[in-house]
Amino acid sequence: MRANCWYGKTVVSVEDVPDPQILNQQDAIVKITSTAICGSDLHLYNGFVPTMQRGDILGHEFMGEVVEVGRQVRNLQVGDRVVVPFPIACGKCFFCKDQMFSLCENSNPNAWMAEKMFGHAPAGIFGYSHMTGGYAGGQAEYARVPFADVGPIKVPNHLSDEQVLFLSDIFPTGYMGAEMCNIKPGDTIAIWGCGPVGQFSIRSAFLLGAERVIAIDEVPERLRMAEEGGAETINYREQNVYEALMDKTGGRGPDSCIDDVGMEAHGPAVIFAYDRIKQAMMSETDRPHALREAIMCCRNGGTISVIGVYGGFIDKFPIGSVMNRALTIKTGQAHVQRYMRPLLEMIENGDIDPSFVITHRMSLDDAPRAYDMFKKKEDNCIKVVLKPDWKNGAGAKDDNDTVIH
Amino acid sequence: MATNEQTGRFGEGDASSTNDFEHRSSRSGGANYSVERARPGLPSTSAKRLAKGLGWFSLGLGLAELLAPRAIANISGVSNKHTGLIRLYGLREIGSGIAIFSQKKPTEAVWSRVAGDAVDLVSLGVAASNPNAKLGRVAFATANVLAVTALDVMCAMQLSNGANHGIHARGTCVVNLPPEEVYSFWRDFENLPRFMRHLESVNDLGDGRSHWKAKGPAGMEVEWEATIIADVPGEVITWRSLEGADVDNAGAVRFERAAGGRGTIVRVNIEYNPIGGVIGAAVAKLFGEEPEQQLDDDLRRFKQVMEVGEVVVSDATLLGTGYMKQRPGQPAAASELEGADTVPSQTATNYASERRSTQL
Repeated sequence: MRANCWYGKTVVSVEDVPDPQILNQQDAIVKITSTAICGSDLHLYNGFVPTMQRGDILGHEFMGEVVEVGRQVRNLQVGDRVVVPFPIACGKCFFCKDQMFSLCENSNPNAWMAEKMFGHAPAGIFGYSHMTGGYAGGQAEYARVPFADVGPIKVPNHLSDEQVLFLSDIFPTGYMGAEMCNIKPGDTIAIWGCGPVGQFSIRSAFLLGAERVIAIDEVPERLRMAEEGGAETINYREQNVYEALMDKTGGRGPDSCIDDVGMEAHGPAVIFAYDRIKQAMMSETDRPHALREAIMCCRNGGTISVIGVYGGFIDKFPIGSVMNRALTIKTGQAHVQRYMRPLLEMIENGDIDPSFVITHRMSLDDAPRAYDMFKKKEDNCIKVVLKPDWKNGAGAKDDNDTVIH
Repeated sequence: MATNEQTGRFGEGDASSTNDFEHRSSRSGGANYSVERARPGLPSTSAKRLAKGLGWFSLGLGLAELLAPRAIANISGVSNKHTGLIRLYGLREIGSGIAIFSQKKPTEAVWSRVAGDAVDLVSLGVAASNPNAKLGRVAFATANVLAVTALDVMCAMQLSNGANHGIHARGTCVVNLPPEEVYSFWRDFENLPRFMRHLESVNDLGDGRSHWKAKGPAGMEVEWEATIIADVPGEVITWRSLEGADVDNAGAVRFERAAGGRGTIVRVNIEYNPIGGVIGAAVAKLFGEEPEQQLDDDLRRFKQVMEVGEVVVSDATLLGTGYMKQRPGQPAAASELEGADTVPSQTATNYASERRSTQL
């Protein structure tokens, strides 16, 4: 089959690789109909995540049709149309029983690597380094999906791929980012990062009862999309974020802040340069500018929700601000399995149509170009969906464009 | 999950494991949980005590050689002209003495004493060939040095033995099931190869005896018979190999109800004499055969088998989970997996993969 493989920093290539097979009794094989590139894939692409190996298949946002199931699979049948959550979870361990699926104890065979890095290991993740299991990812024609009874969710045929695909990651992730803020009616929520996850945090915050959402980014088209979602915006290239937020909230600060950025934050030149140099010299692995700023801006007693991905260590962390002002920090890889069903219901009810975030649709064979474009934010690129069954070069900017095969 | 490896005899440097066992045995009715020590030998504490004695001897003799080289020369019957050399030997002795006291386990320092003894003996031999030497005194000095050398060699060997005799690995994990259930699965030793990668098979021979087959380093096959020493349902099982084993070994597993009834804490202690002794173990390590890592992996698989019914594999870990064994995170070709006994679908305890009906 064709699959998008990682070969080093900013090098990916679509290769012919062996087809996946059932390895465990609870596996299913899914023929992928739609797969997306995630902002967190850029951390792999840019070489910031350790334990990658040449030939690793990328991709953890995918959906498709079940073409084979293992003997122990009860809930799925060949022919079912499913969306696959990015964390792999067994459903039986202490954490799965407690709905903390991204912390599953049994799905990461390389847990020892993560234990060395983090002290304890998170769950396995599709196509996301060997530290999270070394599973082949979903930017491919087929994928092996372990624990098929626990993860994949069947989706009704009247919803298009584009409406349900993001149940795999960015919609639940953005939603959990907002949910961790414990939003009360009337709250003002500030959101750093208006990438796809940030866009879903904005809409989720409103769905959860926020009165005002203030979104922070520098990319005009992302800010425009945030405004379309009802948010006020701050362009940090044009305004001082702290001053702008204090101005908007009468000096008290937002009730909660969401870090939808993660380890590769950009910011004002001097601070960015400081963190970028430290990162390059390996004296900090992550650039935490957005997180620092979110902490300083949050109102006393507020919540910092960290849903953007961090991988290692950061520097100049304002713990004094956190402690003296009674802030709460909540974090985690999204427990996607927990959110898929309620969020699918929201989609069915018409509360939200997640396809709004898509800007590019391309063939799987175009993955290298898509990564480059997404990284450089060229052509107003916000979210790319890859189609394994499209021929090379076929692409359309939206549903109405004619797709030339 | 955490594992520790320790080299050394049972109990040594690991007071928690054996003492704990003995403590528990007294609490629950006199069953003997302690794993029998299969090997005789001087307890290493006495070797350490001897080393300390030798350390004081080194310091005393060294000071004497340094401060009163003429007297030493007189007693040993060697020429007074060599006081400089004797002072130098004094410094060497003091060095050995300090080294003995500064090391927790002064193996090297005691061996350095043995080397020093050899130098002394050669020097005395040279001295004896000098026509001016008082041969009686030289002979007396030589006899004394030989006696001390014997002590040094004995002590050094005991310390070395203690350091390299057995491999001891400890590991623990939590299984989300009650202790009785976890115990029963382990108690059926025939289940062990399902998660212990180095075991080929275990056959229950009845009466607490079992026959084990395992893969040793470099594809060697080793076998032994084992007997259960202690067996308390829901709590503990200990076993050890019988006379004639290819690899002498012993093991103990304890099951504790986790706080709040959140499953069972499993604690495993395993000890064995590595094939090929110290060198064999070192070579095995070079090839990634780390005992503590193996036990850690085994326990992770044990937890998987208990909780989800089978060993969980990813594309990268089809051939094993070590750094060297990682393959890319992409599906393997059938040819790559031929004979790979780590693939669940190719082992007896997991189901055989059905080839996908829909060929691509």
